[in-house]
Amino acid sequence: MNILIKNGRVLNPATSFDKRVDVFISDGKFVGIGEMPAGFVADKEIDATGKYVLPGIVDLCARLREPGYEYKATIASETAAAASAGVTTLCCPPDSIPIVDNPTVVEMISHRSAQVNKARVVSIGALTQQLEGTKISEMMALKNAGVVGVGNALRPVENTLVMRRAMEYAASCDMTVFIFAEDKWLKGDGCANEGAVSTRMGLTGIPEIAETIAVARDLALIEQTGVRAHFCCLSSAKAERLVARAQHDGLPVTADVSAHQLHLTDMEIGAFDAQYHVHPPLRTMRDREGLRKGLKLRAISAICSDHQPHDVDAKIGPFSDTEPGISAVETLLPLTMRLVESGDLSLLDAVACVTFEPARILGLPVGRIEKDAIADVCIYDPDIVWQLNDQTMKSAGLNTPFKGWEFEGKVTHTLLNGQLVFSL
Amino acid sequence: MSYRQNIQLTADKNLKHFLSIEGLPRAMLMQILDTAETFSSVGERAVKKVPILRGKTIVNLFFENSTRTRTTFELAAKRLSADVLNLNIAMSATSKGESLLDTLSNLEAMQSDMFVVRHAQSGAAHFIAKNSPEHISVINAGDGCHEHPTQAMLDMFTIRRHFGDFYPLKVAIVGDILHSRVARSQIHALTTLGANEVRVIAPKTLIPANIESMGVHVYHDMRKGLTDVDVVIILRLQKERMGGAFLPSVQEYFQAYGLTEEKLAYAKDSAIVMHPGPINRGVEIASSIADGPRSVILEQVTNGIAVRMAVMSMTMGSYSAPLSTDQSLSANKRGASS
Repeated sequence: MNILIKNGRVLNPATSFDKRVDVFISDGKFVGIGEMPAGFVADKEIDATGKYVLPGIVDLCARLREPGYEYKATIASETAAAASAGVTTLCCPPDSIPIVDNPTVVEMISHRSAQVNKARVVSIGALTQQLEGTKISEMMALKNAGVVGVGNALRPVENTLVMRRAMEYAASCDMTVFIFAEDKWLKGDGCANEGAVSTRMGLTGIPEIAETIAVARDLALIEQTGVRAHFCCLSSAKAERLVARAQHDGLPVTADVSAHQLHLTDMEIGAFDAQYHVHPPLRTMRDREGLRKGLKLRAISAICSDHQPHDVDAKIGPFSDTEPGISAVETLLPLTMRLVESGDLSLLDAVACVTFEPARILGLPVGRIEKDAIADVCIYDPDIVWQLNDQTMKSAGLNTPFKGWEFEGKVTHTLLNGQLVFSL
Repeated sequence: MSYRQNIQLTADKNLKHFLSIEGLPRAMLMQILDTAETFSSVGERAVKKVPILRGKTIVNLFFENSTRTRTTFELAAKRLSADVLNLNIAMSATSKGESLLDTLSNLEAMQSDMFVVRHAQSGAAHFIAKNSPEHISVINAGDGCHEHPTQAMLDMFTIRRHFGDFYPLKVAIVGDILHSRVARSQIHALTTLGANEVRVIAPKTLIPANIESMGVHVYHDMRKGLTDVDVVIILRLQKERMGGAFLPSVQEYFQAYGLTEEKLAYAKDSAIVMHPGPINRGVEIASSIADGPRSVILEQVTNGIAVRMAVMSMTMGSYSAPLSTDQSLSANKRGASS
């Protein structure tokens, strides 16, 4: 199958390429950028006049709810939603049921997603068996099964010795450790950022130090063990500073932030609106600005969706009784593009944060529009104005605080491995 | 973007629900106090009843145990001639797995007009108000660590009866501010009504983050904090806070923060002592003070009935005193603080 994408503005952050050229795709790969390969005959032409041609979006953190929580969403429903939003690669944390701590579950997830064939789904394996934080997992076997790294999902390893051993072992396997940094004791049963808002509302707070202490501890362990590590979903400006300093000192660490942390603060919780219940919690304006600045200075190199679709009941109840999380895969690119509008990021940098950079963190050969690369493409029309609402959402989870937001720019086509998996 | 509508008020700015003091204007709080004033004589009559809520059904929905608050709400409703249903849900449906919304739907199906709600989670009363049909009014009888607005209003009522005016007053709230819904409501009420100064006194472990943003001064030393105050409000210390990481022991707490004659001497001679009850003698307050001449603790209980009658009749749109035209108050520049 040969596809020609005509006349679009092609953005390839890996080489800072930004030009209006034709893109030629054959057998799942790019075969020409601007130059038609000899003998190329297009089976299909896509007119991208006035549109951006981007690498397929790579989402570092998306829970698809399968296996284990199929009443919330499935691999089929969420990969279809992802495709409609230009997302071609989804990385799942290991906290499904069963937990991704053995090759069988890894294979099951990749098999199911291959069947549906709407997006590439990769997994992070469990760092410790059953995520219990006591015994390290069979990382070699997980690696052979295709996991892109290991981590302990939302259950940070408490025991420092186990964490050290797990990092040492992961380093021996040449695997990246994905860290959600939080001190369990300081988090307690908190459900909102500790500060003026939680105090007024009488909600148990999660202090900033719950994150910074954990980041600081793990940075010391990273330095000790030499493991490559990635911090997921940072929520505070101070944690961003710690990571930046470590990078400056030469530690092999990267970090991402979820798109909603770049737009919302704890002020939005308003009258106990459970749609704003997320974990890590929405923090202050200062944190939001700090995280944006971290992106600009590249201490934080990627933006993820932290997609957590829920059933309706999960968000019904008094705030602290509701389940945290946002159905976010469909707002990843729109919220990232808003940072271009607001002047926080250049267009190329914004695209890099959701394509090339996360692909690099995952060690996957995607996220670039270059000759011989895998042809994942997201075609984006910057002029379509649309509103996020129950009708426009494709995810099985309709839990998002962004309902009613208007966005300028929409994905019109998505190609996965050179095949059209979505068109508007 | 989220926009905030004040769900406590009707379109024409009357009281619809009573969920929190925060968000209510000063005039509304004054109107509640004035309305309570007109009801306070009902309890002194031979026939302690007025027909204001005759034919209305009020459901006391208590998801947390309570004796005093529930009883005074029940009494208030009965004095207004309403029919009252007491549901102690702490040991009823929800423990059988019924969801909060299902419980509510069943009660709505019984054609209730008002829910008086106590719940262990902050925001529960808001949640219930948002999920109830139009004709139902919700009164918050305490939600988690958030607010207990009728308690605060009965305290304001008691303070006004003693001092007449809020502007000159320095008020100290002592104890577990962190977990106290009463304290939060009192702080909002006092700052809105224009008290001169509101202080909170407790060890750091019991002071919530950024409490200063609510317009209070923080003290960790009882004697300094009580100096020159007009009103001392002692909070109840929950036993479960003891022996953990909040406080080392009852003895040490009483020594440092328990109200004794010696510490009370730092307050003004005219100072009154309040407590939302039930009191722990020898833990947060010495018996000699609780039973002494400066204690207004039992007055608070009595006033609680009139205040709850006022809130019930106002939220049901049945009766309220006219808006205050007190010139000396409205002319004062301090007005409602932010």
